[in-house]
Amino acid sequence: MSHSPATRGPALRARPLSPHLTIYRWPITMTMSIMHRITGGALYVGAVLVVWWLVAAATSESQFGLIDWLVRSWFGKLVLFGYTWAMFHHMLGGLRHLIWDTGAGMDKAGASKLAWATIVGSVLLTLLVWAVYMAIA
Amino acid sequence: MSDMRTPLARVRGLGAAREGTGQFWRIRLSSVALIPLSLFVIGWILSLKGASYDEVRASLSQPVVTLIVALFIVVSLDHMRLGMKEIIEDYAHAEGGRLTLLVLNTFFTVALGVVSLFALARLAFGG
Repeated sequence: MSHSPATRGPALRARPLSPHLTIYRWPITMTMSIMHRITGGALYVGAVLVVWWLVAAATSESQFGLIDWLVRSWFGKLVLFGYTWAMFHHMLGGLRHLIWDTGAGMDKAGASKLAWATIVGSVLLTLLVWAVYMAIA
Repeated sequence: MSDMRTPLARVRGLGAAREGTGQFWRIRLSSVALIPLSLFVIGWILSLKGASYDEVRASLSQPVVTLIVALFIVVSLDHMRLGMKEIIEDYAHAEGGRLTLLVLNTFFTVALGVVSLFALARLAFGG
């Protein structure tokens, strides 16, 4: 079936494109969006350490001693601190998505507020956990 | 009109994942479950501060701890697999590379799960 020039015409015209990421001033919601992915990826990689620790505990005292020593070192503590933060950030970021799923907080001001709550909340919860850790004798 | 299909039928399956809302729902279901599970695990790890090898093993072989840690690991790995699948589908465009990464993602998470459950079983039943 042949197309008449009348129906073919409009399709050939340049179609309008929506502006892409680089056009906009960078808002906090964009930072939190990519942070959600980055923390998710970090937790994915860090899961290897959790499994390593579990396997070491099930294997032998010397195996467990190795990872235990690593975890207790300043570097291990730094990694765990970062892991704690990534976990809380990803958890609150996920909570934000669950709130959005109900249709709430989708407006410009509401979304920015939730984005700030994610970063502030994740830092506070991380500090709280580590304060509890320090407080335990 | 050479195409009788509706506009919806034409675009179905053309998204990055080539499928529908099943994955969307499952990643949310696991995320809801992971909130209490991970909070428990954080509290449990805090309770282990300064614990010796034998104390860690004794704690891990308590039924409640074994079961919650097992749940935490299985649900986490399911959530991780889906999340990484989404990242791969978004960023890996070449068909071969994407397929390879998707396969490795599944192998990796399933392997971690099997190893963890074996370790937990060994601790719980004494091996």
